[in-house]
This record gives sequence, C-alpha cells and structure tokens, in this order.
Amino acid sequence: MRIELVKRKEQSRAMLLLSPLIAVGLTLITAALLFIVTGKDPALGLYKFFIEPLTDTWSLQEIVVKATPLILIACGLSVCFLSNNWNIGAEGQFVFGAICGCFLPILFPEFANGATLPLMLLFGALGGAAWAFIPAILKTRFNTNEILTSLMLVYVAGLLLDYLVRGPWRDPGGFNFPESRIFSDAATLPAIGDGRMSLSAPIALIVVVVLAIVLARTMKGFEIRVMGESPRAGSFAGFSAKKLTLFAFAFAGAMAGLAGTMEVSGSLNQLLPSISPGYGFTAIIVAFLGRLNPVGILVAGFILALSYIGGEAVQASMGVSDKIASVIQGLLLFYVLACDTLILYQVRLSRARPAAIAGEAEHV
Amino acid sequence: MKNVLKSAVAGLALMAGASAANAADLKACFVYVGPVGDFGWSYQHDQGRLSVEEHFGDRVETAYLESVKEGPDAERAIERFARDGCGIIFTTSFGFMNPTIKVAAKYPDVKFEHATGYKTAENVATYNSKFHQGRYIIGQIAAKQSKTGVAGYIASFPIPEVVSGINAFMLGAQSVNPDFQVKVVWVNTWFDPGKEADAAKALIDQGADVISQHTDSTAPLQVAQERGVHGFGQASDMIAFAPDAQYTSIIDEWGPYYIHRVEEVLNGTWKSHSSWEGLAEGHVVMAPYTNLPEDVVAMAKATEQKIIDGWEPFTGPITKQDGTVAAEDGVRLDDGAILGMNWYVKGIDDKLPQ
Repeated sequence: MRIELVKRKEQSRAMLLLSPLIAVGLTLITAALLFIVTGKDPALGLYKFFIEPLTDTWSLQEIVVKATPLILIACGLSVCFLSNNWNIGAEGQFVFGAICGCFLPILFPEFANGATLPLMLLFGALGGAAWAFIPAILKTRFNTNEILTSLMLVYVAGLLLDYLVRGPWRDPGGFNFPESRIFSDAATLPAIGDGRMSLSAPIALIVVVVLAIVLARTMKGFEIRVMGESPRAGSFAGFSAKKLTLFAFAFAGAMAGLAGTMEVSGSLNQLLPSISPGYGFTAIIVAFLGRLNPVGILVAGFILALSYIGGEAVQASMGVSDKIASVIQGLLLFYVLACDTLILYQVRLSRARPAAIAGEAEHV
Repeated sequence: MKNVLKSAVAGLALMAGASAANAADLKACFVYVGPVGDFGWSYQHDQGRLSVEEHFGDRVETAYLESVKEGPDAERAIERFARDGCGIIFTTSFGFMNPTIKVAAKYPDVKFEHATGYKTAENVATYNSKFHQGRYIIGQIAAKQSKTGVAGYIASFPIPEVVSGINAFMLGAQSVNPDFQVKVVWVNTWFDPGKEADAAKALIDQGADVISQHTDSTAPLQVAQERGVHGFGQASDMIAFAPDAQYTSIIDEWGPYYIHRVEEVLNGTWKSHSSWEGLAEGHVVMAPYTNLPEDVVAMAKATEQKIIDGWEPFTGPITKQDGTVAAEDGVRLDDGAILGMNWYVKGIDDKLPQ
C-alpha cells in the first residue's frame, strides 16, 4: 500500500476560500483536546487564547505591535519569493538595518532634532538593503545559492550587533552591561494611543497598500510575477533576471531594515545584544500563510500575532506551559498548509508492486 | 447563530471573571527568561515561587511566564502581569531591567523586583546573590582535585557577574596551587545544551579535568560524567544528572527572599532596596560535597564557614591580568568594584572579550 499525491486538474474555488476556515476549525478542535489532556478547562482555554485578546484595547494594541514588523518584513519577502529569489536572511537584514539606523543616537546623542528620526529610518532601510545586496550579488555574479548565503549572514549580523553593544557602543554609564545608551526623544518613534503602538503601524499599513497596488496593477508587478513563474518567458519579454534579483533582495532588505530600526526606536529605545525574537524567520511563515499577497500577509500577520498574545495569556492566567502554546501555534500552520496541499493535490492509495519497491531500494 | 455565539462568549467571559473573583490577598507573578525545566537558573526561581505558594497557602496566588525573550517581548509580558492584578512582579533576568523600569513607571501601585540589575525606583527593587563566594570554594576544590592542573570554565556572557565568578574561581584555585590554569570558553548563551556540551568536550580535549560552568543546562556535567572527569553544578543541585562527576553545586536559593518580600507586601512594609546577599544569609547554598576525599571536604567546609563569618573572597593581594594591583594585601574590594568587574585576575589563560 502506498500513498501518492496527484496534482488535481481543477482546483475547487469554494474550497480555496473555505480552507483557511477549515484549518482554524481543526486547530480549535485539536487545541481543545490538548487542554483536556493537560487537565485545563477547554472552553476557558480557547476563550483566553483566541477571543479574550480581541476584547480589550491593550491586547489589541499589543497584537498590532507584534504584527507590525512581521507584516513589514513579510511584504518585502513576498517580492523575493514571487520572483523566485529565496531570501531566508530577513532576520539578519532586520538586525543590520537596526544597527545602521541606530548609529546616530548612539554615536551622536547631541544630534537630536527633527531630522534625526527620518535619517534613522533612511539609514535603517539602506542598511538592510545593503546587507541583502550581498547574497543578491553573490547569486547574480557567482551563481551561489542565495538560501545558504542569506541565512549565514543572519549569524554574522547577530554577532556584529553583539560585538557592538558589548564593546564600542556600550553605554558609558551602564556598569559594563551589554546595552547601548538610551535614545533621546528625538530618536524615538512617536507613540500612537495609550499603549506601545508607534508610528510603525501606519507605516506598515502604507507599505501593504502600495505593494498591493504595485503587484496587481503595474508593469513592475507583472515583471516580478512573470519572472517567478517563467523566467524564460520573462527574458523573451525583455526582463533581466539579474536586475530583478538585485531589486527584490534590496526591497526585502530595506523593509526588514526599516522594521528593525522602527522596532528599536519605537519599542526598545536602545540597542541590546538581541533585538528580535526571530521576526525575520517568523515573517517567512507570515508571507506564505498570506499566500504572498500583501493583503493576505496583513491578515496572516494579525493571526500569528494573536497566537503569540493568546499563547501568553493562557500561560499567565491558566498556568498552561509555553510549550502547549507553541504546539497550538504550530498546529495552525500545519493545518493551513495541509488544507492547501489537499486543494492542489489529491490523495490516492495505490498498491505498490513488491518488485518496484525492491528496484527502488537498489537505487538507494 | 450570532446571538448564540454572543451569549456563549459572554458566558465564557463570566466564567473567566468568576475564577478571578475568588482571588487571594495577593498575586505574586514571575517572569522567567528560560524554561522552568532548564534545571538551572529559571528552575531555581520557579522553586522559589513554589516555596512562596507553600508558605502562604491560599493567601497568595502565583503565576509565571517562562521562556520570555529579552527584547521587545519582555515589556509586554511584564505589563500583562501588572494589568492582571499582580501585586508584586519578579523579573528574573538582567535583560528585563529597562522593560521593568518602564512598566513600573506606568503602574505605581504594583511592586517590582528585578534580579541582577542596577536600576531601582520607588516601586522597583533589585536583588542578586553573591555567587562568587561559592565560586571561590569550587576553585579551591578544582585545584586540589585536578591532576592536570587545568580547569575548564564555560562562560555565558562577559558581564560583571560572570567575570567576577571566573576571578573568584581563579583566586580560590590559586590559594591552593599558584600555578593553576583556567581555560575559558565563551558560549554566548545562558541555555543551549548542545553548545554547552561542545564547549565541555573542547575543554576536556585541551587537558581540563575539572569543568566549571556559568551556564544553566546540565549538559556540561553530563559530558564530564561520560568522559570520566569532574565538574560543578550550576544554580541547582545537578547530582542526579552526574552522580559520579559532581563535586558540589552552587545553589541559588531564592525561596527565603521571595517569601520575605511577599510577606512585606502583605503587611505593607515593602520598600525598594538593592539586596545582595550570599552564603551567610542562605541565598547561596553549597550542595553536599560528593566524590571528594575527606580532607578536601574539610577544606571546603572551612572556607564556607570563613565566608559565612564575614570573610570576602575578593580580599587582596589581587593582581590584574595586566600586572596592575587591584587590591593591596588585606584590602577588600568594595561592592561596586565587584558588581562592575571588567578585568581578569592574573593567571587566567584568556583575553576578556571587550
């Protein structure tokens, strides 16, 4: 007996729309089972996890705070992934962007005026783009595998930040602890509302809208999609794969760098040895969960952020282990991807011939 | 359908409200940087939390968040507790310092206790323990027991607490064997069993036959057990993981402090302070000395008693690595110098990452 996945000739439109809902439904059922197995009230658990965070303004704002960098980075990554450029290094671009964006308030604390913040954001975006340019150039010049190079640069950026905050950028008044000085008000992204939300949220929203229009309505958007789906056809149309690779990486890097600078400026207010709880990697999930569509990414970013905030809520109020919270998060992703697979493919059970198996084994 | 959903949600909300209504006199909340199952730093803090529960029974309710990353998530975790009605919140990692201060400014009625930091406020106290006292003792044991004359030291981050730990270990070792060598590996993590184990293996391959660690997992001791060398536990008694390898362990005993401070909140006498106590007050405890000959146990116990009686391991003569004098003979380093230590004592075979 063998299980095969066979590509469907036609995909059901209704299922395409229903599948996220089915995935959420399955997640809820499994999560309820998990709560029961661990001896917690399943109804209360589900309520605390998925609904309560949506009922008060504080946690709603926290969801926005958590979702903002994810959405911004995922928007950048979607351009890479749509054009067949596998940028796995957004985490490094986030960190390097933050380093470039934050050298002003750390090295020149007296430079505090209206130009500080715009310059920081500009340097942040440029820094992220520069960091992403490295794997892009390596790919276009030497045909290296960008998955590897972009990923490896994550660690380089992380160690560079580590070196800076422990060494030259250490707060002179900080008793040798690894942290930079705290930024002045001029270098702090203005807050919105009474919580921790800052100007970064509307900026991310603008990026989503602009990118959605560019991808759907402009020649550039067409180029990105054509080159991803059929590079040969694209080159006949006069598009250059190399130029697009450079563009896609630079754009993704700029978004990640911008997100990094805004996160540090708006939320942390100083550079620390670690400034990201894995935003650059989580954003890859957000990008695919949102089907590489900016509006989809917006929704996916909020769902993932909700799963973090909700996971924390059940931990704090019901004593559920943080492992359970991560499992529920993983389940959601698993079901979404599984449902997608079943839309594209059909499961077929076929009786495997013993001879064929023996033959295959020999190949191995 | 909509109404059914609405009333279901309302019902659940009521349930949630009801469970909070039968609350105790005080809710004490804890934020951990690692998993409670690390059997090291966060595990010991959670033991402290459990002893609070046991001591006060129904009067005090506790809650915790584990594996909270230092960085953007920390502030949210702390604020969640402040909003959830916690009367006192213990934030148990250095990296939680600024988030704690920020949240504390917003919630003046909540008491905050931050471990290992240096910033206090009206409603923020700090607390830490003199772990270096224990490290002096294990340095002595290492020098007595080592055949190669080399100890390996797995260090996390070059912050003062860790640096002073290495120095205290070395001073203890030198008091027994002036030529003793300490090799240091920086793993840049508090908890990563794989990395810690690799560091232990590398150190053993370089000739170390005693391993000391300032990281939180049991991996280095388990490697020591496998390779037939010895080591010391960290934060908790790790004897179960290395029955033949552990000489002793420097145990962080947070329970007494937590109970004391929760008591003070209950009777309204809580005040901000900076607590830094050690062996004498029972905040640092040595695990039973095992796998050691009697004379070494006697020496360790004598040193322990000397420290309890008020002697400070950082008492001169102490020479820095660059040859300058840190403390003249008989002079004791002041607390500030120990808490901000960023230099090695002479004889350590490593360059301090700057």
